[in-house]
Amino acid sequence: MFSDYTGDELQSIFIMQGFAGLSQFSVFLLMALGLAIIFGQMKVINMAHGEFLTAGAYTTVLMSDLVNTYCPAMRPYYFFFAIVMAFIVAFILGYIVEYLLVRHLYNRALDTLLATWGVSMIMQQGFRLIFGGREDSAELPEWLMGSWAPTDSIDIPINGLFLLGTAIVMTLIICLLMYRSRWGLCVRATVQNRTMANAVGINTKNVDRMTFALGCGIAGIAGAAFTTIGSVSPAAGSLYIVDTFIVVVFGGAGSLLGTIISAFGIAQAQSILEFFLSGVLAKVWVLTTVVIILMLRPQGLISNKVRK
Amino acid sequence: MDKKTNFTFFKDRSAVASFTLLAIVLLILFPLALDSFRLNMLAKYLSLAFVAVGLVLCWGYGGILSLGQGVFWGLGGYCMAAFLKLEAAKNIAAEAGTDQIKALTTVGLPDFMDWNQVTELPYIWYPFKSFPLTLICMLVVPGLLAYIISIAIFKRRVNGVYFAIITQVLCWIMEILFVTRQGWTGGINGITDLRTCLGWDLRTDSAHTILYFITVVLLLGGILVSKRILHSKMGQILVAIRDMEDRVRFSGYDVSNFKTFIFCFAAIISAVGGAMFTLNVGFMSPKLVTIAPSIYMVIFCAVGGRRSLVGAVYGTLIVSFGRTYFSEQFPELWMFIMGGVFILTTVVCSDGLAGLIEQYGGTVGSKCMKWTGMDKRSCPMQGKFKAGKELS
Repeated sequence: MFSDYTGDELQSIFIMQGFAGLSQFSVFLLMALGLAIIFGQMKVINMAHGEFLTAGAYTTVLMSDLVNTYCPAMRPYYFFFAIVMAFIVAFILGYIVEYLLVRHLYNRALDTLLATWGVSMIMQQGFRLIFGGREDSAELPEWLMGSWAPTDSIDIPINGLFLLGTAIVMTLIICLLMYRSRWGLCVRATVQNRTMANAVGINTKNVDRMTFALGCGIAGIAGAAFTTIGSVSPAAGSLYIVDTFIVVVFGGAGSLLGTIISAFGIAQAQSILEFFLSGVLAKVWVLTTVVIILMLRPQGLISNKVRK
Repeated sequence: MDKKTNFTFFKDRSAVASFTLLAIVLLILFPLALDSFRLNMLAKYLSLAFVAVGLVLCWGYGGILSLGQGVFWGLGGYCMAAFLKLEAAKNIAAEAGTDQIKALTTVGLPDFMDWNQVTELPYIWYPFKSFPLTLICMLVVPGLLAYIISIAIFKRRVNGVYFAIITQVLCWIMEILFVTRQGWTGGINGITDLRTCLGWDLRTDSAHTILYFITVVLLLGGILVSKRILHSKMGQILVAIRDMEDRVRFSGYDVSNFKTFIFCFAAIISAVGGAMFTLNVGFMSPKLVTIAPSIYMVIFCAVGGRRSLVGAVYGTLIVSFGRTYFSEQFPELWMFIMGGVFILTTVVCSDGLAGLIEQYGGTVGSKCMKWTGMDKRSCPMQGKFKAGKELS
């Protein structure tokens, strides 16, 4: 399959596809970070995670419309506010869902799957009623358009770079939050031994609620970042949900490092295979490989050593 | 339990009553009340109930939630569809006269293969030239796939959640494969335009009625065999595995063998349902084997009561009718209603209708309960375990 191309072409193909893979990696990673917290730490299977992404994306679209109509002067900078707003909206939605639904279902992992699938249906239909079924997109500030061309045959779009940057910054923030802050300590304590955490004075109910809401908020940020590379439709989030679960499970639930590695591996493998095979067949190969590896190593690539 | 229960389908009289009631409703009441169009629709729903019955076995009793039962259902359906399609192709060739047909298409080749420039019948289609071989394939292919999956997964002690996600991915892989291998499977349209089975026209009213009865008899038969399994020692061990897997393992049982058996059995039951669906409806398409339909199948089972075989059938009928009705009457609202049903059944009554009748049957219901058989005794072990304590 390589023989049709010259060495230079191959190099460019690999760099371009590799970079396309990096954009996909960023979306996967942003989605998976939230899910890794919710699923990995709390053992809640949140099938509505994709809808929180859509909520964040629609918030960004709304912000872009608002800025365009009321104060066009803000256009170059609004995107950063949009990200913050997307986080807040998804955070609040997540908080409500946890309070109304998820808290009744702790320790019943499979039931959370079904119930949150119901939530995702309701949210999707809600988006459809509010925003209509057609695809929307946010108007991007000018500095996000265009591309950067280091050589003649390589052409790297700026929005992809921005997406990558967002993913890296978010990962750093989450790592600091989980492993360097008081709150992260409480989360980890609650996950390891709920009764004991309660006994030493941690309000575990509160911790659960904030953890869930934070995971959803990160999905909202993923949604805001997502608008830089694609348009939003009510079902946009559900396209990614199975992929995201695969990323989290493959990386090893509860391990942030594993999530990063598996998001990178899956995105790159898919992107590079996509050029040589047809797009969907590349997906079949990647998914099959992942399933086989998961069968050999059910705990995922990197597993936390926890005594059961 | 008296001595006769050494080989019996039922645990007690109320179980007999619930089964009889279902049989009366399906075999006598519905055929008398409905015309052949509605009956055909009902048969379509009942072919989905096969999957729900399989899910009661592996989810309600074995604690294995598979989100990919649609794969086995679809494989059974595709096997049947392949046979019917070859027959249809043969008929077209016979009707049109070979000379004319030869100029346009390849004789005896399904039309979609022509459209996709496939000039020779692929090897995997050869078994479907004969009806007995098709029947064998219909059971063996899904059974074998289920066996391979379960050997690989249960031996490695992959637990509920991971299993659910892996089966969901399998569902996705299968959908992509069936859509992209157009020349072999008919692509996104699936295998359509199926008319006759062994020379018998499937589209007439009388055929619809007869097919309905075949579906019902097979379904009732499936329930009987499942009841037999549940009331044997095997069923007891399954429940034990569901509730405390490690203890069963430490008692010296090979847990993975039991899980493998029940998963394969559920897959084979589902495949029969898929084949009946193809016969009843006249087509099979990859849209029916994607992730969402498989999740609907789980909800059929949850609404009826995940521990009641008879309840699963009622659950399928109620949800399917509700879906048809609401999506026709209130297209805007039906997603909300379905979502609400998902949430309510899992949060409020995790034992579904069967559990509700048991709980709130009250004084009026006590007799009904005896007759419908949805009381404690008809669902062995039910009530002894609270849903919250279930290990999943």
